[in-house]
Amino acid sequence: MNATDNSHDILDAREISRALERMAGEIVALAEGTENVVLVGIRRRGVELAERLAATIGGRVPLGALDITLYRDDLRTIGPRPVVGGTNVPMDLTDKYVVIVDDVLYTGRTVRAALDELRDFGRPGRIALCVLVDRGGRELPIQADIVGHSVEVRPTDRVDVLIREVDGTDAVRLVRGENA
Amino acid sequence: MSTVSLGKDLVGLEDLTREQIELILYTSETFKEVSERAVKKVPTLRGLTIVNLFYEPSTRTRISFEFAEKRLSADTVNIVAAGSSVEKGENLVDTARNLEAMRIDMVVMRHPSSGAAKFLAERIPSNVINGGDGWHEHPTQALLDLLTIRDHLGELSGVKVCICGDILHSRVARSNIWGLLKLGAEVGLCGPPTLLPRGIEELGVRVFRRIEEAIEWADALNILRLQLERMRSGFIPSLGEYNRVFGVTQDRLERAKKNVLILHPGPMNRGVEIDSRVADGPNSVILRQVTNGIAVRMAVLYLLAGGPAD
Repeated sequence: MNATDNSHDILDAREISRALERMAGEIVALAEGTENVVLVGIRRRGVELAERLAATIGGRVPLGALDITLYRDDLRTIGPRPVVGGTNVPMDLTDKYVVIVDDVLYTGRTVRAALDELRDFGRPGRIALCVLVDRGGRELPIQADIVGHSVEVRPTDRVDVLIREVDGTDAVRLVRGENA
Repeated sequence: MSTVSLGKDLVGLEDLTREQIELILYTSETFKEVSERAVKKVPTLRGLTIVNLFYEPSTRTRISFEFAEKRLSADTVNIVAAGSSVEKGENLVDTARNLEAMRIDMVVMRHPSSGAAKFLAERIPSNVINGGDGWHEHPTQALLDLLTIRDHLGELSGVKVCICGDILHSRVARSNIWGLLKLGAEVGLCGPPTLLPRGIEELGVRVFRRIEEAIEWADALNILRLQLERMRSGFIPSLGEYNRVFGVTQDRLERAKKNVLILHPGPMNRGVEIDSRVADGPNSVILRQVTNGIAVRMAVLYLLAGGPAD
């Protein structure tokens, strides 16, 4: 996956790494420590980002993974069933400080589904949202608490987060839509 | 994998490709986790109505489907029509039309006639899942057997599975044969000659006349329930003799060189086709089958729901 004519990188590997470092610090500040913090990544790339944040924070911050497919609001309209990954929440979340981690925040529908799913694992004391990129375009009243990078794009544009573990490279790439 | 889909209905494993079967097994893994949660429910099929239409008695399959449906948040209605004297074909069409008029979305059907599931699937737009039709197929039972064997032996390709007992009258056997062969397993069959379909070897399966040879050969035994009415029909002389010749006993297992995985679709006739020490022994995965049954049925319901109408 290389940048082409209609795409360019908004963040490179070094900038992503710096952003994650800052975000890790903000998580600790927001939660006033790490004692009750649980990082829950949204499949796919949110899971790897949560792992990196946990490594940066240090200590032993528990990690979880959510596949929100079963909680989507559009299953009836999108044709063939999407492949379901699998959810792994290692503990009862009651009274925990849960930080949802995802790569891109767009319509907010994924986060809505994640909030519904988290409710089935207990009653967290607080849930915060941490995303690498906020591209605007919300369709639901949802905002992030911690943002790595904000970018204004057109609805036809795509913002891809590439990460080493999945894509072989670290980059945030803006792909211009056809009707640009 | 995301390009594979199941279509509208699940009638039998004979109709599915290897990729479709693998998609169901893969998806089942996810649903295992849902049943281990404190809140065992996801909103996936909220608003869908599913009818469990059972023309034959069934406890395990019906309850398993009902759990699967409820854990996916579907609304369910059970219709038990056992012993209905109305002529089958006509009755089924009428029933189907009535169900359609009630705006249902999916039907799970158990029926004594082979081909009933296909018959219904061709006549109503709802998704139809075969919960066992005559001697034909019982696809979700075979899928949960495949999942359980794969859980314990790591893979299905190259695994030797022997199905033991009344193969002739068994929809479980037929679905298992299709599923196992498609996934690359080797299939053996063992039972009294009167209960083995003639020419079954042509499917590419091995036939064992003696249970000792089957145990020696197999990595897993799927021991079918001996339906007691077969004795009255003269297929076997007596239950005691069946146990002496074909029963899977602890002695016979101990004589085999290796551990053999033990499956049984239930309900068991202890002391007939399987001894209690085997059923409750360390190699038995019979209760894992029951747990996996719910995950497999959730996967099938999820993959079929709202699927294409043709």
